[in-house]
Amino acid sequence: MSARPTGPGGDLPAMDRRKFLQASALAGGGLIIGISLTGCGRPSDKAATPGVGGQPNAWLRIGGDESITILIDKSEMGQGVYTALPMLIAEELDVPLSAVRVEFAPAGKDYVNTLLGTQITGGSTSVREAWTKLRTAGAQARAMLIGAAADAWKVEASTLKLAGGAVVDAGGKKATFGQLAEAAAKRAPPKDATPKERTTYALIGKPQTRLDTPSKVDGTATYGIDVKLSGMKYAALAQCPTLGGKVRSVDSSAAEKLPGVVKVVTVGSGVAVVADHYWQARVARDALKITWDAGPNAGLSSARILAELKGATGTPQSARKDGDVDAAIKAAKRQVSASYELPLLAHATMEPMNCTADAKADGCDVYVGTQIQQVAQGAVANALGLKPEQVRIHTQMLGGGFGRRLEVDFIPAAAEASKAVGAPVQVIWSREDDMTHDAYRPPAYDVATAAFDGNNGLSAVHLKLTSPSVTARMFPPVVEKNVDPFAVEAAANYLYDVPNVSVEYVRHEIGINVGYWRSVSHSLNCFVVESFMDELAHVAGKDPFEFRRALLDKQPRAKRVLEEVASRAGWGKAADGHHQGIALMEGYGTYVAQVADISMVDGKMKVHKITCAVDCGQMVNPRIVESQITSGIVYGLSAALWGEVTLEDGKVRQTNFDNYRVLRMNDAPELEVHLIESTETPGGIGEPSTAVVAPAVANALFAASGKRVRALPFAAQRGLV
Amino acid sequence: MTTLKVNGHTLETDATPDTPLLWVLRDHLGMTGTKFGCGKSLCGACTVHVDGSATRSCVTLLSTVVGKDIRTIEGLSQDRSHPVQRAWMELDVPQCGYCQSGQIMSATALLLQNPAPTDAEIDSAMAGNICRCGTYPRIRAAIHRAAELIKTGGAA
Repeated sequence: MSARPTGPGGDLPAMDRRKFLQASALAGGGLIIGISLTGCGRPSDKAATPGVGGQPNAWLRIGGDESITILIDKSEMGQGVYTALPMLIAEELDVPLSAVRVEFAPAGKDYVNTLLGTQITGGSTSVREAWTKLRTAGAQARAMLIGAAADAWKVEASTLKLAGGAVVDAGGKKATFGQLAEAAAKRAPPKDATPKERTTYALIGKPQTRLDTPSKVDGTATYGIDVKLSGMKYAALAQCPTLGGKVRSVDSSAAEKLPGVVKVVTVGSGVAVVADHYWQARVARDALKITWDAGPNAGLSSARILAELKGATGTPQSARKDGDVDAAIKAAKRQVSASYELPLLAHATMEPMNCTADAKADGCDVYVGTQIQQVAQGAVANALGLKPEQVRIHTQMLGGGFGRRLEVDFIPAAAEASKAVGAPVQVIWSREDDMTHDAYRPPAYDVATAAFDGNNGLSAVHLKLTSPSVTARMFPPVVEKNVDPFAVEAAANYLYDVPNVSVEYVRHEIGINVGYWRSVSHSLNCFVVESFMDELAHVAGKDPFEFRRALLDKQPRAKRVLEEVASRAGWGKAADGHHQGIALMEGYGTYVAQVADISMVDGKMKVHKITCAVDCGQMVNPRIVESQITSGIVYGLSAALWGEVTLEDGKVRQTNFDNYRVLRMNDAPELEVHLIESTETPGGIGEPSTAVVAPAVANALFAASGKRVRALPFAAQRGLV
Repeated sequence: MTTLKVNGHTLETDATPDTPLLWVLRDHLGMTGTKFGCGKSLCGACTVHVDGSATRSCVTLLSTVVGKDIRTIEGLSQDRSHPVQRAWMELDVPQCGYCQSGQIMSATALLLQNPAPTDAEIDSAMAGNICRCGTYPRIRAAIHRAAELIKTGGAA
């Protein structure tokens, strides 16, 4: 697998524009439109390039029964792809969203995310990646349907149009999609099919009701944990409490005697107790007597991790170099330096990790909420000695992803247990399993240095970022020769117009797996860059908003969101006893600025309101954009206030929501979002707002108290929250 | 066998009396609308009504609910017509949706006791229900909207 980073501006790589589409007849009549990526260079993933005429992958299926089914290759984890992606195709077919059905696509190389190089829902890419691809698929279908009708009626295609699920002519003559599907499918897909002009959009850019809402208000939406198969057993999994440890020996005699227990199976990730019912498995798990081999992380503690990061001696890799920072610092009239510390974080999705597998002689069916289907397929294939194509991934709704379900650690155990007992098995992790065996957001120790010249102008900024790399484990080819692009986000694309900028990354591994966590390294680096900007503004004796704005003439979109948020939040006009902080970021091709409004009572901070301005380019569904922005703020604020995973003797100390506190309704500040209309290419919206809230609050705290918090979470400061 | 009253039906289960109601519902009775989140009454995803009160089913043993009226998300309405469900749909409250059965059951219990709650009363009643997607502003607005719908004729 390989991952393709996007450019700092979130530009689509050229291969996306060179995509090519193919269509073919659907068995039983009908039209399916697929897109294959022949000709796109993916050197490290040649297997993922299908040839012309290979099995087409369907994005769109029009049945003789007038059904319009849109397949989505991305997983629905709350971010709204179940609605936004179908909108792109429905727009081209001129049908209302209510006329389409949505299905999750299987695992398959044709569903490779062209921005990231494997089938993956992450990196805030869903709409960005689909934007041209799915509209083009829809435009092709439109042309093929019109072409079929034009031939049948012996008229020029240009005299026909789509309306209400049919091709119609000016005189009202009509043939439905279902009637035309078979003939349309026999036509060659036009190479020049062009998506509709923006001015003619009926759906895109207009708020649409989510298609998954009805099933999520009556309990019928099926998440991985809700899958029921005939004869299915349940399993609870015991994993080594020390991260990275293994089973040395198991005495399962007591557990096996308990009611309902079918079998105790040692699997790659621990010991699975399989029982008729889940609670029986949970009870029996406590009766296991396991001797663990704690492995290399015995003795690992948070204090040691921080000390190691601080003392990391790895060679810094350059992620950005403008001008000559060293010379500018030497010539500086004034120099400022600060260091920042960021903790490990758990994802804590509402739905704990779980997986259901049905291992059979010819392969294995896997029912799971995953963000990374092909890797899941490979993990199960490895565990069972199968070929990847023998593993069929059935993606279910995800009860939260946030990057946690980019990991496949929770998947093979179900397949191994299923094979061992000869029945389908559902493995369910407890909340404690989930919290103590996550792939945590990397911790970081970062040093920022800046120089001011004789005119009190910011002449240099140097950022030295030290953290372990997620990408080195997940997608090694990406970091073989280059700096991990997913460790320097929100830093390498430093927005401010400073003549000398240097961003360096020191990769320092800490012995445990770290994972992609909503907004990835933006959540680390935006805190550093934007807290530091605030510090610099105060050193320069300038207003933090004006100080930033003056350095953004070359970044009009960034400047615009900053001005918008300042104006909307009433920057500089906080209510009595209230204080404001501001922060700005570009990430995933989206510009986000936030103002936090806080007050202090007896030394305790209360966050009253977050105002947020966003320019994410062309919006597909503004209703979902807004909910993703507020969602990201709540997620980021939970982490900023309380989020911290700590280790002692290689074990995670946080176990559940009592000691890993997250924002509840009574803690939630007022949230106000301002979306800027834009015709720019769509940017990602799932993640960017997450990263901006911590520095906005930290900067407000400084304004309120003169206290500069450079280590998160705020709760680590006694009495502050 | 234990006999339970769920959503107006009498159901039998072979689950042992010390099984949490959550797993009786999900696993023995096949009603998966009620969700497992934390197992410790900390997140509210498993909220059901027992005799009209919001109850965390993950820490409620089967033996303690025999003879009581249990209501789950499946029993709120047959067709999403309950005012709370209608309000939730109008405002497109769910994102990932996993916590929403619990949110809806907590909100419904609140409105049964307090047909016109203030923001502060909503915050207090809903504080036990975590949503990691952060749908809180829409949940609060939807509870106000449901209160209006109930006032104008919808049964709670």
